[in-house]
Amino acid sequence: MKLRSAIYLASAALSLALLTLASTLPSDAADKVDPVADAKAFKKFFTDKFPKVKLEDFVNGPYSMNEDLYRQWQEKEQFPPYEFSLEMGKEMFSKPFKNGKTYADCFENGGIGVRQNYPYFDAKEGKVITLELALNRCREANGEAPYSYVRDEMAALTAYMAFTSRGKPMDIKIPDDPRALAAYEAGKEYFYTRRGQLNFSCATCHVQSPGERIRAEILAPALGIVNAMPIYRSEWSGMGTTSRRFTTCNSQIRGVPLSPQDDEYRNVEYYLSYVSNGLPISGPGARP
Amino acid sequence: MTDHFSTKSRLAAFALAMVIGAFVSAGAAQAQSAVDEGRKLAFDRGKGNCLTCHVIKGGDLPGTIGPELVDIKSKYPKREDLVAILHDETLRNPLTVMPPFGRNRILTEKEINAVVDFLQTL
Repeated sequence: MKLRSAIYLASAALSLALLTLASTLPSDAADKVDPVADAKAFKKFFTDKFPKVKLEDFVNGPYSMNEDLYRQWQEKEQFPPYEFSLEMGKEMFSKPFKNGKTYADCFENGGIGVRQNYPYFDAKEGKVITLELALNRCREANGEAPYSYVRDEMAALTAYMAFTSRGKPMDIKIPDDPRALAAYEAGKEYFYTRRGQLNFSCATCHVQSPGERIRAEILAPALGIVNAMPIYRSEWSGMGTTSRRFTTCNSQIRGVPLSPQDDEYRNVEYYLSYVSNGLPISGPGARP
Repeated sequence: MTDHFSTKSRLAAFALAMVIGAFVSAGAAQAQSAVDEGRKLAFDRGKGNCLTCHVIKGGDLPGTIGPELVDIKSKYPKREDLVAILHDETLRNPLTVMPPFGRNRILTEKEINAVVDFLQTL
């Protein structure tokens, strides 16, 4: 009897201890993907770090980081270097394919003012669809050859679509679908994973070091970084798509870039766009 | 005899002095060339590229991510501490931005030593 009650007491104590332990371990909370909480924390991180920068100004990248640069940006916007690309995109967008159809036939609202909805999760395919991908699919569906994801034509088309959406808040949705959550989570993991010979993650530069200089260049904050795409970069002497930015970032850290529009890039764009929800579309952008 | 001896010993002393002098200047030249090599590596975009993140005396348009590289000898009196930081700073600070130059073979051991020689002159 004595022994039995001792065992009972001991096991009760043990299970109590386990219960306490379980409730103090954050494993449950950490394992749960919570995009809403992520996006809130992400914005708070940047607004705390840069209390003087207005939330909607983060989309101006390095130009939001100090007053001198902000003035430079305002001057640049008078004669924007992406103007030629915008013109080209507008013309391309309205020119019919050989079958007589146009890009407008592939997109909601004729493709005007819809940039903020990309990327979206496609339930039928179970994958993330970016704007660049949707544009090439539109071409292929109409018997046209797809464009290179990193070259001028794709930059021009996305520049025009971004321009018609300027000021609209990024509006990425994560449907109630475990595959969508998994894509988001995979994108987040990619974003924070170190890689390449230099051992950098996306976050090393764009979360840990925005506003800092690498040589003469100012690192852009990750918050709103996709809202400005595509961008004219003086360093490139030309336009660059999101695909071009991702692949060249990977090369610069001496990693092996993935193919443009690889699942992982699509997922990271999904993550990055979601946490920038609410910030206005500002593309096409100009960068030093 | 005394004279002869002293001439001999003077000659020997002279020869010895020459030899030592040659060694010393060769050593100094070697150290200087390691410092020069280290400086070159520190400024070279493809190699050490320290200037991308650190202010370094004599370097144009330095970055701002890391601390200014100054008074290194007083901050890190032990050479091996500097070697360790260059080899893999993530061991000391997992969140560091600094690339693991040794671990990821961005620089060879010899190159790391040359950069350390240079850093110690700052």
